[in-house]
Amino acid sequence: MKIAIPTQGENLEAGFDPRFGRAAKFIIYDTEKKEYKVINNTQNLNALQGAGIQTAQNIAKEKVDALLTSNCGPKAFTALSHAKIKVYKVEAKTVQEAIDKFLSNQVEILNQANVEGHWA
Amino acid sequence: MIIAIGSGKGGTGKTTIAVNLAKSLEEKITLLDCDVEEPNAQIFIQGKKIKEEEVSVPIPWVQEELCSECAKCSHICQFNAIVSFNTIPLIFPELCHSCGGCIKICPTQALQEKEYPLGVITTYQKEHITLLEGKLNIGHPMAPPLIKRLKKNISSSILTLIDAPPGTSCPFITTVKKADFVLLVTEPTPFGLNDLQLAVETIRELQIPYGVIINKDLAESNLITNYCEQESIPVLLRIPNNQEIAKIYSQGKILIEEIPLFKQKFVDLINEIKKLTGGK
Repeated sequence: MKIAIPTQGENLEAGFDPRFGRAAKFIIYDTEKKEYKVINNTQNLNALQGAGIQTAQNIAKEKVDALLTSNCGPKAFTALSHAKIKVYKVEAKTVQEAIDKFLSNQVEILNQANVEGHWA
Repeated sequence: MIIAIGSGKGGTGKTTIAVNLAKSLEEKITLLDCDVEEPNAQIFIQGKKIKEEEVSVPIPWVQEELCSECAKCSHICQFNAIVSFNTIPLIFPELCHSCGGCIKICPTQALQEKEYPLGVITTYQKEHITLLEGKLNIGHPMAPPLIKRLKKNISSSILTLIDAPPGTSCPFITTVKKADFVLLVTEPTPFGLNDLQLAVETIRELQIPYGVIINKDLAESNLITNYCEQESIPVLLRIPNNQEIAKIYSQGKILIEEIPLFKQKFVDLINEIKKLTGGK
């Protein structure tokens, strides 16, 4: 399966970004092939609104099955669910640590947003 | 003539100025409370409610059986208000700017317009003042459509005073656009100065004549007077930082009614603005 991990870096040792919508980059990791690629999300860093929704569209293009994140707001969660992307809550320092935690089931599946929208 | 009262920083006294200005004049006045996230002029005006109108905006809705899941609607939307992952689109009404682009581009006419309630405009009457208050529905983030609707009530033959929202973003710009004059109310604090500078930059861009009112004024010469002098901005009125004035405000009373010597200052202010704008 393919999983998306928000980061500010370019590789598995890079820092895990706890934000979703305004993360600068995503690592798309293929758990079978143990390969990854980096996708850019910088256009959403300064988005006036809907950054989470746009980011969901961005990672959906990569046909990912799951997202690892610390925070997911209500609109982003709605969009991700619509795209059938499962959202897992994880706390990690690096991308690798997030992947390891996911592979060893030390993550929590989210059934709803875990942070409020920015207008709430 | 349209005079907008803005500030940049919140809590500097926009409503105090707007209300006292309206009360100090004898001619017919239209007062628009465009601070639609938190309108408060009615607290001071205490007018009789004469009209209430619900305001809505058109948003798309999808007839699922007609949708071909092409995602064209999602691609045209610049505001992420309609999203399709080659699925039936998901609509976020509170992000929609009602441009109608998605409806036009839909190849199967699966999208239609639906009215989405935005807020309420209430009209109050008190003596010579007609107050129109816009109130945005709780949770709705977009003020400009409601402000635009409020401004449709401006009549060119009646002096219009507009209580603007704080800040310098879209709601403020929508409010002050087409005003003949903008009064920027500020206070002599670093925060007051910083936000005044932002407001001045915005107003200069819009090319509207403007002047400054210093509220909670402390000393003859302060960081605001220095800035205004440097930038050749007229300081049109100064209201001292005084406990009695604060008390009057906090009791919902009107400054010019409690301390009548202020009445003339507001009348002079209007005359000064008329002079500055060429007596429109």
